[in-house]
Amino acid sequence: MLKTTPFHARVAPLCVSHAWRRWAGYLVASSYELSHEREYHAIRSSAALFDVSPLHKYRVHGRDAARLLDRVVTREVTRAAAGQVLYTPWCDGAGKVLDDGTIARLDEQTFRVTSAEPNLRWLQDNALGLEVAIEDVSESIAALSLQGPASHAILRQLGEVELKYYRVGSTTLGGVPVSVSRTGYTGDLGFEIWLDAAHALVVWDALIGAGEPYGITPAGMLALDLARIEAGLMLIDVDYVPANKALIGRQTSSPYELALGWTVNLDKDHFVGRNALAEEAKRGPQWQFVGLELDWDALERLYVEAGLAPRLPSAAWRSSVPVYAGGDQVGYATSGGWSPLLKKYIALAHLRSRWAAPGTVVEMEVTVEHRRRRAAARVVKRPFFDPERKRS
Amino acid sequence: MVDAIIIGGGHNGLVCAAYLARAGKKVLVLERRERVGGAALTEEVFPGFRFSVFSYVGSLLRPEIVRELELARHGLQILPLESTLTPLPNGDYLAQWSDPDRNRRELARHSPRDAEAYDEFGRLMHEMARAVKPLLGMIPPDPASLAPRELLGLARLGRTLRSLGAEKFHALAKLLTMSSADYLDEWFECEALKATKAASGIIGTLAGPRSPGTAYVLLHHYMGEIDGVFRAWGFAKGGNGSVSEAIAGAARSFGAQIRTNAPVARVLVAGGRAKGVALESGEEIAAKLVVSGADPRCTFLGLVGEKHLPADFVQAIRRYRLRGSSGKVNLALAELPDFTCLPGKGPHLRGAISISPSIEYLERAYDEAKYGEFSRRPYLDVILPSMIDPSMAPPGRHVMSIFVQYAPYHLNGGWTDARREAFGDTVIDTLAEYAPNLKAAILHRQVITPADIERIVGLSEGNIFQGELSLEQMFFLRPAPAWANYRTPIRGLYQCGAGTHPGGGVMGASGRNAARAILREGG
Repeated sequence: MLKTTPFHARVAPLCVSHAWRRWAGYLVASSYELSHEREYHAIRSSAALFDVSPLHKYRVHGRDAARLLDRVVTREVTRAAAGQVLYTPWCDGAGKVLDDGTIARLDEQTFRVTSAEPNLRWLQDNALGLEVAIEDVSESIAALSLQGPASHAILRQLGEVELKYYRVGSTTLGGVPVSVSRTGYTGDLGFEIWLDAAHALVVWDALIGAGEPYGITPAGMLALDLARIEAGLMLIDVDYVPANKALIGRQTSSPYELALGWTVNLDKDHFVGRNALAEEAKRGPQWQFVGLELDWDALERLYVEAGLAPRLPSAAWRSSVPVYAGGDQVGYATSGGWSPLLKKYIALAHLRSRWAAPGTVVEMEVTVEHRRRRAAARVVKRPFFDPERKRS
Repeated sequence: MVDAIIIGGGHNGLVCAAYLARAGKKVLVLERRERVGGAALTEEVFPGFRFSVFSYVGSLLRPEIVRELELARHGLQILPLESTLTPLPNGDYLAQWSDPDRNRRELARHSPRDAEAYDEFGRLMHEMARAVKPLLGMIPPDPASLAPRELLGLARLGRTLRSLGAEKFHALAKLLTMSSADYLDEWFECEALKATKAASGIIGTLAGPRSPGTAYVLLHHYMGEIDGVFRAWGFAKGGNGSVSEAIAGAARSFGAQIRTNAPVARVLVAGGRAKGVALESGEEIAAKLVVSGADPRCTFLGLVGEKHLPADFVQAIRRYRLRGSSGKVNLALAELPDFTCLPGKGPHLRGAISISPSIEYLERAYDEAKYGEFSRRPYLDVILPSMIDPSMAPPGRHVMSIFVQYAPYHLNGGWTDARREAFGDTVIDTLAEYAPNLKAAILHRQVITPADIERIVGLSEGNIFQGELSLEQMFFLRPAPAWANYRTPIRGLYQCGAGTHPGGGVMGASGRNAARAILREGG
């Protein structure tokens, strides 16, 4: 049986589309309304409220908590200040990515780790000999994500929330003590709210009540998927295969190959995968993870040749689509879609390094009227959309 | 010396400026008012309440302009308008929803036949709009000219029309000649549906739904294109001023300079060539070329002057019709309107509300305008921008935009303050019949007549399209035969406003085409 999240009593009646999907064994809304269009626009124009409770969450506490995490992930955790949040991948011994998530330093000895996959065993195995307690709080902590330009104004109606980008703090919402981080998966101004699952409905109601005059809109995964692609953010199992699920070596990716080189700190103390990563850093990665922007005229021409107007996917796609250069396949796109905001057809792709420089023109496969065609696409810098308000 | 002066910082002038600057030209935009936007402008008319004072929807803006000028990066976001609600005098309503199943169910309440015809009609209009779409981005060829470039343009036009196939070609011929009422009669039987669709055929034009030629304007409005989905209306976050601000931001990022509070008095002409402009302040600014975003009457009879122009051209411009026919009422509201036919706060308040119960209602409204009066029961196109973008009003409060037709520019006895207020009362009385709480909810109101539009933004006769979208002044005839290619009889003087092909609406196509025409000539 699928589990329901602590917010189910509120989100179920809102889901008039009955479009649900699974996320880590939980039931979550794909879209609440018949179309996800308005939910998507809320992210960019007012505020969207997502139930992200299915995230895996761990409380890591103890004298050696920082040391443990520093040993596991590629970023330097020991130097993170209390109140700081780090986005980071972590790797296996071969330097291939196992998962990615956030680490919030709640105080000197306490961290909250979020991840897409279960990581309890991995953390425990790496904690041998350390004085640290690892607790799986996935079920006891409920989580909401409030994303969009009005998100700050809404939170301010309820409590004091002045956080810089990637910082975490405590406040009360609707009388309930919560932890709030200025993080999210949309590339916009936004916050994630972490709370005791027992108080989930009180906080939901408080947010909806305070947010109503600001256009707060409960939103589902279809809207989120479009926004995260615009933000150039990758998704596990879609854009990369975690190393512990890969069937062959070629399915794995290093942080460098996922454009996460900036998260790899080779100067800190030893961490899992360090030696392999140091080797790769010297060599340079074989692959790069890039943004692709399809050339509209080329795309339109393909459709006109078939006697059609361009047909654009209204939701993001998640499949492997070949990318070519000079007739040879030089990579593959793994997610893409039409950005209603940018009026551009965009995709995230893995390209051989030689073809990955911004401005390089490649071709992406598009199926037009049952026929495989290729449309010109340009390699561009991610994120595709990067509003100032995200950090300001 | 600058390469190009753009007269007027309306959206088309800004689009033209952005494209010219992007091509490396040194561009100076001169705007008469204190801010850019022209008729695509957002103003905080009452404290905390922001209005798209004049134009109010944003879906006609060409997606290639959004893409090429990276307008999202400069703050543009077009939000969808989801539905159209037509309240009916008998207490019922007709709603058109964006979800096809919901829409079909609703239409079937009124006419099961229309419910089925609706999608078929939509498909045909979509195909027609698609067929005509290449024309929007085309610099109109002159059919009377034998120059190779013109012949090539005509050949392309011919190819486009031939590729339509018989069914669509015949439908196009009908659209170009029929009245919108007659055209819609061929498809539908529900009066409210016909009237609500016909209404888009009369906007900005002093004609009724039974006037021949209005079917084309219907198609013009079908070209509102969001993401390749035709006929999807949208609202720019922050109002239409944010469209102009985004384009201005793009233009500046390419190096264009924009000066506000810089009204141009005249175009400096010597030896049949534009040399620059003189401002009202007396300052003269030289430029290699001058591009006017003002309407054709204002440009040629005002800024250039008849003495510099050939007589036949002056005659054509004098005959160019710009009869303003619409007004606007903007309301600041303490609470949402509560429609008797569909009470409470629902998704219908996030779409358009159309007071167009029947073709006869619209035609009667026109009859009064024909004889110089504003309609006693006008056609209203209402939206609640704060329902789509809550930042338009203080939290919990609302703004309402009411587009009103007909309000003839040439009102018997002329527009006075008293007539303006009487017009505003008529509009509110009309709407309050369907939403009785409206009057009590009004905190402030702003009433705009065609005379106000002319006075404030300088559109001659307050015509929102810089010239009616009637067939005799479209495509290669807009604004005058042989001068539809954005050039003018004055060398070095170009036009980029909605008075050129393809015409009005916050579309930007005129500005983009003009820039292309200028760059094509190496100007």
